[in-house]
Amino acid sequence: MIGGLFIYNHKGEVLISRVYRDDIGRNAVDAFRVNVIHARQQVRSPVTNIARTSFFHVKRSNIWLAAVTKQNVNAAMVFEFLYKMCDVMTAYFGKISEENIKNNFVLIYELLDEILDFGYPQNSETGALKTFITQQGIKGQPQTKEEQSQITSQVTGQIGWRREGIKYRRNELFLDVLESVNLLMSPQGQVLSAHVSGRVVMKSYLSGMPECKFGMNDKIVIDKQGKGGTTDEPGKSGKQSIAIDDCTFHQCVRLSKFDSERSISFIPPDGEYELMRYRTTKDIILPFRVIPLVREVGRTKLEVKVVIKSNFKPSLLAQKIEVRIPTPLNTSGVQVICMKGKAKYKASENAIVWKIKRMAGMKESQISAEIELLPTNDKKKWARPPISMNFEVPFAPSGLKVRYLKVFESKLNYSDHDVIKWVRYIGRSGIYETRC
Amino acid sequence: MTGTEVQLANQIGRSGLEAGHVGRKRWRELSARSVTSSVRVQRPTEKSRTRANMPAVSKGDGMRGLAVFISDIRNCKSKEAEIKRINKELANIRSKFKGDKALDGYSKKKYVCKLLFIFLLGHDIDFGHMEAVNLLSSNKYTEKQIGYLFISVLVNSNSELIRLINNAIKNDLSSRNPTFMCLALHCIANVGSREMAEAFAGEIPRILVAGDTMDSVKQSAALCLLRLYKTSPDLVLMGEWTSRVVHLLNDQHMGVVTAAISLITCLSQKNPDEFKTCVSLAVSRLSRIVSSASTDLQDYTYYFVPAPWLSCKLLRLLQCYPPPEDGAVKGRLVECLETILNKAQEPPKSKKVQHSNAKNAILFEAISLIIHYDSEPNLLVRACNQLGQFLQHRETNLRYLALESMCTLASSEFSHEAVKTHIETVINALKTERDVSVRQRAADLLYAMCDRSNAKQIVAEMLSYLETADYSIREEMVLKVAILAEKYAVDYSWYVDTILNLIRIAGDYVSEEVWYRVIQIVINRDDVQGYAAKTVFEALQAPACHENMVKVGGYILGEFGNLIAGDPRSSPLVQFNLLHSKFHLCSVPTRALLLSAYIKFINLFPETKSTIQEVLRSDSQIRNSDVELQQRAVEYLKLSSIASTDVLATVLEEMPPFPERESSILAKLKKKKGPGAVSVNELEEGKREGGELNGGGERGDNSAISTPSPSADLLGLRTGPPVTAAAPSAGSLLVDVFSEAGPFFILFILLFVCKNNGVLFENQLLQIGIKSEYRQNLGRMYLFYGNKTSVQFITFTTTVTLEPLIEGGAQVQQVINIECLTDFSDAPLLNIKFRYGGALQNLTLKLPVTINKFFQPTEMASHDFFQRWKQLSLPQQEAQKIFKANHAMDTEVLKAKLLGLGMALLENVDPNPENFVCAGVIQTKAQQVGSLLRLEPNAQAQMYRLTVRSSKDTVSKRLCELLAEQF
Repeated sequence: MIGGLFIYNHKGEVLISRVYRDDIGRNAVDAFRVNVIHARQQVRSPVTNIARTSFFHVKRSNIWLAAVTKQNVNAAMVFEFLYKMCDVMTAYFGKISEENIKNNFVLIYELLDEILDFGYPQNSETGALKTFITQQGIKGQPQTKEEQSQITSQVTGQIGWRREGIKYRRNELFLDVLESVNLLMSPQGQVLSAHVSGRVVMKSYLSGMPECKFGMNDKIVIDKQGKGGTTDEPGKSGKQSIAIDDCTFHQCVRLSKFDSERSISFIPPDGEYELMRYRTTKDIILPFRVIPLVREVGRTKLEVKVVIKSNFKPSLLAQKIEVRIPTPLNTSGVQVICMKGKAKYKASENAIVWKIKRMAGMKESQISAEIELLPTNDKKKWARPPISMNFEVPFAPSGLKVRYLKVFESKLNYSDHDVIKWVRYIGRSGIYETRC
Repeated sequence: MTGTEVQLANQIGRSGLEAGHVGRKRWRELSARSVTSSVRVQRPTEKSRTRANMPAVSKGDGMRGLAVFISDIRNCKSKEAEIKRINKELANIRSKFKGDKALDGYSKKKYVCKLLFIFLLGHDIDFGHMEAVNLLSSNKYTEKQIGYLFISVLVNSNSELIRLINNAIKNDLSSRNPTFMCLALHCIANVGSREMAEAFAGEIPRILVAGDTMDSVKQSAALCLLRLYKTSPDLVLMGEWTSRVVHLLNDQHMGVVTAAISLITCLSQKNPDEFKTCVSLAVSRLSRIVSSASTDLQDYTYYFVPAPWLSCKLLRLLQCYPPPEDGAVKGRLVECLETILNKAQEPPKSKKVQHSNAKNAILFEAISLIIHYDSEPNLLVRACNQLGQFLQHRETNLRYLALESMCTLASSEFSHEAVKTHIETVINALKTERDVSVRQRAADLLYAMCDRSNAKQIVAEMLSYLETADYSIREEMVLKVAILAEKYAVDYSWYVDTILNLIRIAGDYVSEEVWYRVIQIVINRDDVQGYAAKTVFEALQAPACHENMVKVGGYILGEFGNLIAGDPRSSPLVQFNLLHSKFHLCSVPTRALLLSAYIKFINLFPETKSTIQEVLRSDSQIRNSDVELQQRAVEYLKLSSIASTDVLATVLEEMPPFPERESSILAKLKKKKGPGAVSVNELEEGKREGGELNGGGERGDNSAISTPSPSADLLGLRTGPPVTAAAPSAGSLLVDVFSEAGPFFILFILLFVCKNNGVLFENQLLQIGIKSEYRQNLGRMYLFYGNKTSVQFITFTTTVTLEPLIEGGAQVQQVINIECLTDFSDAPLLNIKFRYGGALQNLTLKLPVTINKFFQPTEMASHDFFQRWKQLSLPQQEAQKIFKANHAMDTEVLKAKLLGLGMALLENVDPNPENFVCAGVIQTKAQQVGSLLRLEPNAQAQMYRLTVRSSKDTVSKRLCELLAEQF
């Protein structure tokens, strides 16, 4: 179990230190600083063992969060907790920065008392926490006895993530499918590895205790239906369904039902939350194709030409496109010509950065650059790092489609049709690289 | 301050001269003047004020861009930001270097400086060398200096560049500008590569001895040459320069002398003869310094001490040579040393620590010179007294150094007694010092000063200290106690007590060798066996005793338990129960040993048989999961139930005495010496061992080698008593006897000259094993005939052909009793006849009985040996043979062979340690023939010269023949 939790700034100064168990001494704080933050060589493993004490750390911008334990804990649990902790803090005071942490240290200690008890993670649902841990003083928002008892019954009850008696005039529901697509491609255009990691994020403003059911074009479900029901469109259903490699759900989803029927049904928390996470590796739509052309002209010159092709419906628009072309370490000068967007040689990053604001589907664009090199004494050859790319497209590269999201509320008299539902797809680039 | 730091400080103090003068100068020249001073904060300019945290720099010489860059880097918040800034700067420099218009010297210098800074931050730099080389040819000091700095830091192996660099250096060396020459010399020294040495090794000595060279250049040249000599000694040939370099000791300028002396010290260590003349010059220089008033040397007086670095170096140079033979020079040197010792007594002229440090540095160097000469009793005693004062000094460092120096003093015969007077102080230091390294030195010193007169006291003190000693030095202490106890043991009961105490106090740190040793000694000494049995019995009665104690106890009670069995308090059953109560707490090897002890008990005390059999039969033994234990339990149980008492008695006979090992300690122990007289020899021995023990990291290992390692013998016991005498180990060597009978047995006989057991003969049908033992002129030989076929041999008869000299009476098939009547040369023949598958087999073998079997080893001291040797000087009494080595010349193997011959191997008799000397008496019924032997191996030629002298000519000849085949 977690013995303690420390938060450091980038210099290694302790901002927050909370010890839950006696086996963690004060020297553990210094041990982590000396061996990880100030380590001579960058520590890449998120788990570090120092003197029989395990340190699990995550880094958010310049802030280090480290959980410490002397016992043999489930590392995945600890990291899940740390991520949750980050989410909770973000939900309370926005970006995790040194200043924000310093300004909210009372709140953070209060939160730490609530979400970890003797090193065991407790309820970390933001919505629930916000009902009884507030940023205002006690005076500002006096709570009645009934309200307090309600909080108690909610937090300790079966559905800890939603309180009773929520009322909205307009029942609304927002659903975002956020995906990031990762790719490594050979210079000849062969896909070496590709996968999509996606999240379904929901924002619900529903009254009462509604029961929701979420459906998407999961291959297993579609196939099952295809067998049981209509068989007139076998080809189409096969094409439009996607194979999900693995997925995780928010705690509100009834896993037993998912295991038996593969249906996703749940009572949603109020407000924003992440319903599920998933990963796919098959039949990915790659939104862009990068075609590099690098030619070495003698020892002092390099000619680079890069063509990008958008590969989606012409009606859609990709945004925030950025292509990063690495330059050799002995570059002494660069000339760039591009038709579209802006390109610039950034010496501090050893790369040419080419930015295009938006680009429609089925188009192509190109850049050409002349790189002057300084002859060096070293015979070391340039390693040719891959060309990387960033973008945002308004569809899901995995092919995921939301088929339905049904809402049932038996006690209050509103039906599925009365709920206003919004669905949005955003595909972003993860690590999207092409070797050159 | 720990010991290492003290040593370090001492080192720095000693070698401080380089850092102090030349090094400091270089720093001043290389770094201070340019890099730092250019970054130095000066008048702020308008532009710099606008930027935050920006050091203001002047225009002109200071490199503003560099300062801005460095402060940018320092202001970087994170590693990533720093890398970005550096990448940007590198790109900028690359574009500047690439640019078409030529850069002026100033910008070149600036960019090269930036590159250097980036390199020092830990990033790779792979360009800019060319620009740096260009800077070398500049006429401006700062530019040239930055160029040299870059090149010495980032040496590049590009051959073309090296050529250019060498060219530039050559130009600078031949210029008349001393600053440029110095820069070039520093660069050569800093790079110090082989290429540099090749290019300039001839040039630099010329500069060094040239009359018109400036003093500062000479200093640099001397140290540069030293550096080149250290990296590639083969290229630096002094030859004709030697005498002129030596005469630099007479130079007017003290700096030159100080630099030159480092070079001379290094060179004279390699070829002392060429530089012999430096001794008298050094002595005169030293006497001039020592006798000078503190104001004479002006710049070179350091806190009222005249030229301390130079003095130390001179004293150290003198340590490379033996005492000067010239009386006058020697007198002068002794005078100097006396003056130094006198000065130490004077009240300090300053309270500053630098003053006392400088003074003490010279003093300690002088003392090590005195110890090195080891010929002036007066000085040695004075040095010892001086150190004695330091022993109680307030300063820990001084106490440490005093203890360390005294360690070496203790090994000198003149000062040994003087050192011994400080024993109380040293013991006190061992007990009360707060620093572990000082305590360690105190322990070393106690070890070094130990002799027969104070051994008991010192060993007792060390034992009592051991209880509280630091874990890091415990093992070493244990070894020291063990060695001392053995070396100076007057009576063995004290020795046994000490070692058992040692095991009790620090059992974990007692290595195997130590307890092997105590068992060896107990077995070899009849007089302590009873006492040892009693003591271990008592020691084992402690409720918790260390496993090593159980091992010793098990072994000794198993062998000599009968000696104390008379006492009802230690009756056999009590002994057994005591041992068995420890059994379950022990590790597997100890349990195995205990099982062997139990079977020995069955032999010693038949009344315990049933109890022990019960134990052996229990499931925890006979079904033990450990194979070794299980096997022992099964075999011992069977042995005890099947074998008759006689067989049991033979099998489980008391262990024979261990052969004396080639241990120096052991040899010492054996020598009966007058308790008062302590010879130099022994002291040197002690010193050598001390040195090994204190020799740094692998202390334990070294001393483990120096103590004998009789593990093989003891392990032999562990695998159980030798039930089968002839192990068929030589099988692979054997060829068919019937076809090649002739040369065959000669070969085999020769194998048996140096050993008593083995396989005499083997073919497809028959194997004959031999086990023999000899006492005085009597011998008994057991022959074991093994039928290797599945068919019976019919009418198997053996006859020993009686030679006139040996009476052979075959009693049963196996046992032959042999008595040597007089000396002989031909071995008796053994004739074997048997019928195998209808065919009569006839076999004649020589029995491996040679004259040397009847040797009785004789121990004698060096002068005794040579006296006898001279007595046997008649030409017929000597037999000599020079022959080529058949086997590798391994000292240990040779020793083992000579010991197997039966003579006593005498140590420290022959002046040449390579040679072996043996003595023994051949016992025959008629007479006793004393024999002396000397074996001189020549490792280069792979040849031996063997000389045997004995009172009877035939014996000499025969021995010579026998032995010549053995090596």
